[in-house]
Amino acid sequence: MIKQEQHPILKTSNLAIGYASKKEDTIIASNINIELNQGELVGLIGANGVGKSTLLRTLTKVQDALHGNIFINNHNISDLSALHLSKVMSLVLTETMASKNLSVYELILLGRQPYTNWIGSFSKQDIEIANKAIQQVKITDLKEKKCFELSDGQLQKAMIARALAQDTDLIILDEPTTHLDMYHKAYILKLLQKLAKDTHKTILFSSHEIDLAIQLCDKLIVMTDNKVVYNTPKQLIKDGVFETLFPKDLITFDETTGSFRVKSD
Amino acid sequence: MHNSKSYKISFIILIVILLSCFFINISLGSVNIPLKDIVNSLFGGETSLKPWEHIVINYRLPKALTAIIVGSGLGISGLLMQTLFRNPLAGPFVLGISSGASLGVALVILGSGIFGGFTTLMLASKWSIIIAASLGSFLVLLAVLMVSLKVRDTMVLLIIGLMFASITASIVSILSYFGTAEQLQQYVFWGFGSLGNLAWDDLSVLFVIYILGIILSVFSIKSLNTLLLGENYAKSLGLNIKQSQLLIIITTSILAGVITAFTGPIAFIGLAIPHITRQVFNTANHKVLLPAVFLFGAIVMLICDSIAQLPTSDLTLPINAITAIVGAPVVVWLLIRKRSMMF
Repeated sequence: MIKQEQHPILKTSNLAIGYASKKEDTIIASNINIELNQGELVGLIGANGVGKSTLLRTLTKVQDALHGNIFINNHNISDLSALHLSKVMSLVLTETMASKNLSVYELILLGRQPYTNWIGSFSKQDIEIANKAIQQVKITDLKEKKCFELSDGQLQKAMIARALAQDTDLIILDEPTTHLDMYHKAYILKLLQKLAKDTHKTILFSSHEIDLAIQLCDKLIVMTDNKVVYNTPKQLIKDGVFETLFPKDLITFDETTGSFRVKSD
Repeated sequence: MHNSKSYKISFIILIVILLSCFFINISLGSVNIPLKDIVNSLFGGETSLKPWEHIVINYRLPKALTAIIVGSGLGISGLLMQTLFRNPLAGPFVLGISSGASLGVALVILGSGIFGGFTTLMLASKWSIIIAASLGSFLVLLAVLMVSLKVRDTMVLLIIGLMFASITASIVSILSYFGTAEQLQQYVFWGFGSLGNLAWDDLSVLFVIYILGIILSVFSIKSLNTLLLGENYAKSLGLNIKQSQLLIIITTSILAGVITAFTGPIAFIGLAIPHITRQVFNTANHKVLLPAVFLFGAIVMLICDSIAQLPTSDLTLPINAITAIVGAPVVVWLLIRKRSMMF
């Protein structure tokens, strides 16, 4: 295969996010410049209320940017239709699906909806891609189960498979590890790492699992009150970014282990 | 989708049951007509008695066809509502569509006494009732849609539907106070629901609009399936939410509105049929559910109508009473058995 010229899958230039109102704009974060390349696993971390969700909502075109631009595959997302966007970006949200009466297989096939005809018929190719997604996430044994029968961890895997079936260059996950136990948190993030490597998709997720993200991600977007930093975990540790993440009264960052420790009195 | 083979068998069985119910429904009635003569009159043969052919062709056949249209149409509109509002309790009746139709009809039948005009001394014509009911149901659905865009909680919608039913009831009682006895009777009879009042030319009008609703519902299948994931996911799958909502609302108001207009408000079919269907067809895929709901609705309605006409007696019970007696226990049974309702 001819190697295509590398271009960023997701890129922002001088992006400012927040809420616009008639009187004045409430800027939550500004000057966000990130560049996500093909096959990268990128974590978005920051304290509660710092604007992670707002950033994801802006990147996924749920809300408008205050300033600056967002490009997916060199297309400005403000120019993309919902249907076009659905073929380049898939989502795993914190909310579960409305109907848990769906079977896992039905759920994953729904990821093919952007490619189907007016009545939503699935072609042979759609079914192949859905089955491949099921294999990649290793949930073949869950295929015929109903979603209300699944545990939180199984459900999350099914949602990831659905996003894979959508066959987009970029997958964005909003806190995919909430509600999960320690093992499944590590399992899901490890799975995302493997998927990014195997499928060459770019995966961006927000998370509070900072130590796991440091270990597994290619790059991290760290949001603090003052600024948004984007770099490799190693460089971020070297720059001491994690120390600025939280107030210093309770926990401190241990550079050698790459994790937070509760302060001893 | 997958295991479509087992669905095929279920569909064949349902079609056979539907045809049987259709023939049973036609062969039952206040006049006892031998099966041979029923078949003969349906297929253009000679009947032993001339009036029998007239009864079968001009009374029983349109009534059975109306039952099929009403059962399938209300069932499908219930299915659409349950998916759109993400609420297993949604249905044309619960959300106040029928109340809207009732209000429209009450205004036309009873209101003519208050508002005067040239219809004062006449009873409202069939067509003015039909148009009023359609308009009423469409306006209510539009109101429900507008509220649904404002509030996220679908429970609120159901409460608003209930409130609308109370408002309707009170307006109707005010109108009744001024109405004449004949007008009152006409309104009450409309409220009982009736499948037998439609002559062939009424039925053909109902049929044309019903087919339009069915075609639109087929066009909603993809949106409905995508909406099973919730609005945010549906949007991320490239679905135009506003457009889909509008299509589904219009489809429902056409189906439920026109059926209510022609036959009166018929309870519980729209709510119960989708749930009965989901018990048999273990899928959330609307491409399977829609035709299945169609068949189940038609079958249940034919059975209800057969019961309503109390075979071998001259009496005919209000169809509305029968559908509620059949429908309500089904919903209760589902709730007890599954301890939750899904959509």
